[in-house]
Amino acid sequence: MSTITKRDWASHAAYISPEYKSTLLRGVSQSLVDIDPELSELTGPAYGAEVLGPLDHDLTKNGQVNGEPQGERIVVTGRVLDENGNPVANTLVEVWQANAAGRYVHKADQHDAPLDPNFLGSGRCLTDANGCYRFYTIKPGAYPWGNHSNAWRPNHIHFSLFGPSIASRLVTQMYFPGDPLLALDPIYASVPAGARERMVADFSIDVTEEGFALGYIFDIVLRGVNATPMED
Amino acid sequence: MSLKQTPSQTVGPYFAYGLTAEQYHYPQSQIASGAMASDETLGERIRIVGQVFDGQGERINDAMIELWQANAAGRFDHPNDARQSRPLDPNFKGFGRVGTGTTADNSFRFDTIKPGAVQDGRAPYISVILFMRGLPNHAYTRLYFSDEASLNAEDPALNKVDSARRDTLIATRHETSTGVEYRFDIHMQGPHETVFFNF
Ligand SMILES: [Fe+2]
Repeated sequence: MSTITKRDWASHAAYISPEYKSTLLRGVSQSLVDIDPELSELTGPAYGAEVLGPLDHDLTKNGQVNGEPQGERIVVTGRVLDENGNPVANTLVEVWQANAAGRYVHKADQHDAPLDPNFLGSGRCLTDANGCYRFYTIKPGAYPWGNHSNAWRPNHIHFSLFGPSIASRLVTQMYFPGDPLLALDPIYASVPAGARERMVADFSIDVTEEGFALGYIFDIVLRGVNATPMED
Repeated sequence: MSLKQTPSQTVGPYFAYGLTAEQYHYPQSQIASGAMASDETLGERIRIVGQVFDGQGERINDAMIELWQANAAGRFDHPNDARQSRPLDPNFKGFGRVGTGTTADNSFRFDTIKPGAVQDGRAPYISVILFMRGLPNHAYTRLYFSDEASLNAEDPALNKVDSARRDTLIATRHETSTGVEYRFDIHMQGPHETVFFNF
């Protein structure tokens, strides 16, 4: 018997969350149509080590041109689990973020903060057999955006994960503990209280590498996909 | 269940250099693109083209679309599909990813093959996952084919959809001088709002 746990809508934002203004014209407005999962939902793309370059897990190195990137070096690690607590092994984790000054490499980012010639701000890694991932980067800066007057995004790292099937697909953002901008951010706040806190990483002195990088732990829980492989 | 799902967040406006870097001419690599089929891939070559529209009918220039599909034999390249009677195609993975920010008209384009039906007698389709700034949770839909009308009429998922909205899931086939093209526009809101699924 193959099962997929449903999206837990109490853990996710409403498609139209008025305080986050661009949802007003872009959010799904009609009710989703419930369908029974088929083999198409029990499967999904499986990427492995073949898509990893030697520096993909180290954003402090993968954009270097003539030196170290500016900013506070950090290490981010965590476990990817399903809702039953089982590790999601060998799944791809893609990340992208602003540099220490709050500027994205993206050409559309017009924020008047410096680009860093030694920082690209994107990478990827795989979880291991225990569902653990780990990457090095620079702590991203806050940046302004046009949602409302004096709007600033909290420091965050974007994450994209696959898990075992297209049902477990997740794109989210990791935030930093104690950030005063969290209380003012409509994107963070669009997620119900009690759930949004799961997107805030924990600082860990144990993960912190002495003399090198502060450590953060960000565990991620994906929808559970329990499938018996379909045979002829 | 002991653990709660990590909440979803929007992909934001700046995904391109992280997820679709080559398409947007950034130096990093990307894992998948709109070129899903190679010369060696088995099956009927098709092109899927469309645009994404917001609630005012404006084209969206920062959406990302992912496709997931079976190969020409109706087999998924995944361990949960272990049906030896439907061979894997070593030249087809079945996953594509494209952003709408690199064409003048914000269209997306996938060069792929028409999937086989996953079960005999069923309609073929492609799973579509949509991401964009202003979309807090990715949205799932499906692309069915206009030339499969009789199979589409029997499809269990399509039959869950109000008949007046079913057309939003049917890509229309055109024979062009450069091959078979299916047109699949996505409307986030309005009278033609695309049907999105929950499963
Ligand atoms: Fe961001």
